[in-house]
Amino acid sequence: MDAAVAPAVASFRDVYRAELDAIRAAGLYKDERFIHDPQGAEIEVEFPAGAAPKKVLNLCANNYLGLSSHPRVVAAAHAGLEKRGYGMSSVRFICGTQDIHRKLERRLSEFLGTEETILFSSCLDANAGVFEALFGEKDVLIADRLVHASIVDGMRLCKAMTDTYKHSDMGHLEEKLVEHADKRFRVVITDGVFSMDGDLAKLDEIVALAEKHGALTFVDDSHATGFIGKTGRGTPEHFGVHGRVDLVTTTFGKALGGASGGCVSGRKELVDMCRQRARPYLFSNTLASVIVSGTLEVLDLVSETTERRDHLEENTLFWRKGLTEAGFDIKAGASPIVPVMLYDAKLAQDVARDLFAEGVYVVGFFFPVVAKGQARIRTQLSAAHTREHLERALDAFVKVGKKHDILGKTKAEIVARYGL
Amino acid sequence: MDDLRIAILDYVRREYLEEDDERTLSPSTRLISGGIVDSFSMVSLKRFLERKYDVKIPDADASPEAFDTVDSIAALVERLAAVRA
Repeated sequence: MDAAVAPAVASFRDVYRAELDAIRAAGLYKDERFIHDPQGAEIEVEFPAGAAPKKVLNLCANNYLGLSSHPRVVAAAHAGLEKRGYGMSSVRFICGTQDIHRKLERRLSEFLGTEETILFSSCLDANAGVFEALFGEKDVLIADRLVHASIVDGMRLCKAMTDTYKHSDMGHLEEKLVEHADKRFRVVITDGVFSMDGDLAKLDEIVALAEKHGALTFVDDSHATGFIGKTGRGTPEHFGVHGRVDLVTTTFGKALGGASGGCVSGRKELVDMCRQRARPYLFSNTLASVIVSGTLEVLDLVSETTERRDHLEENTLFWRKGLTEAGFDIKAGASPIVPVMLYDAKLAQDVARDLFAEGVYVVGFFFPVVAKGQARIRTQLSAAHTREHLERALDAFVKVGKKHDILGKTKAEIVARYGL
Repeated sequence: MDDLRIAILDYVRREYLEEDDERTLSPSTRLISGGIVDSFSMVSLKRFLERKYDVKIPDADASPEAFDTVDSIAALVERLAAVRA
């Protein structure tokens, strides 16, 4: 070993071991569970590592439409693999654009009711690239305070001024629009459905305010595309503002098959500029043909019938009603993201562990993923869930809720017993 | 507490805390390192100070450290006002 290098190596190991130990000591270390079969409503999970796989009900996937392992999607991906190969070994603008990339971009524009679409390797990449490509020092980005972490990262990479408004507070948003009237472009930024709380942005009011003040609107509809709105076109459809949102980003990694990939969709000039300037697009590989092929099939599936999103809506209503009647403290909303509030991080982890023992796979969320004192279990519904699945899950929740004596308890009562 | 600190504290409460937020704030409460104000939201506080106290806060002075407590913000405003005078 090179003696001159050894002390530095020892030093970085010590630093990171100490940091990792501190994360463990705080009870915040994330262990991964190993799934032994395709994504679905019931899966075989190895947890802890080395344990025999256990069949559990999955209530924590973003598999809203149950299409992650749908035979037609898998078959289309296989066919795409055969016809267009495995990799392109290129970014889009060199030799990485196939006819099916163009087809998917056009298909997404039709589906979302927008003028133009550009594909990215993920929606995180789309959010990381879009602001820096389009906005600069003369502009201001005004974001809801609960937008997704990838939007926060994208805003950090952009030279525009940043500001925020209180979550879904339209009065506060209008104050900001007035305050920044001196800027070239004001961009109002929101999630369509907020990933941790499951509530919908007031998109009709946001668009009306933006139009009144001459501002642009940006919506990340990752937790909405495919199932929110009567035909699954997302929050713009749900709120009747289809075609009036300037920029939409969304993912193929949730309802739309769940593999990976995302896009920016919206006004033609804005999307064209992303194609010229967005760094994750320019400097990262093209979206794999197999995913393009699978996503095209998903768009066909969700355009043929609303059966899946309708079933998801029924499941959501049943689950929200069941948890509420059982006495759980849940966040109100209309989306299939249903957070069960526990406030204390350790309680959230204990309840998740006990539910796993009862055959229900959910995960506790706590700081820094959500604010301190706002720990919760985020349950997510799927069209793949049957009524029997949800009744079984509800029985498990009630059993574990009784064990921890949290049923029918207010926030104050839970906090008094378990702390924050 | 002087009027300057009272005014800044009042603005921070209105701008950054939700109505049901039960946290109590004092001039020494950590705002940025304590997670009450994030770096994205500092601009409104900076603009409020510039308007109300007729000072120009250079970007170099608008650091997360300088904006971390009402005390440090008040000290910054007092220094800039003295320079202007």
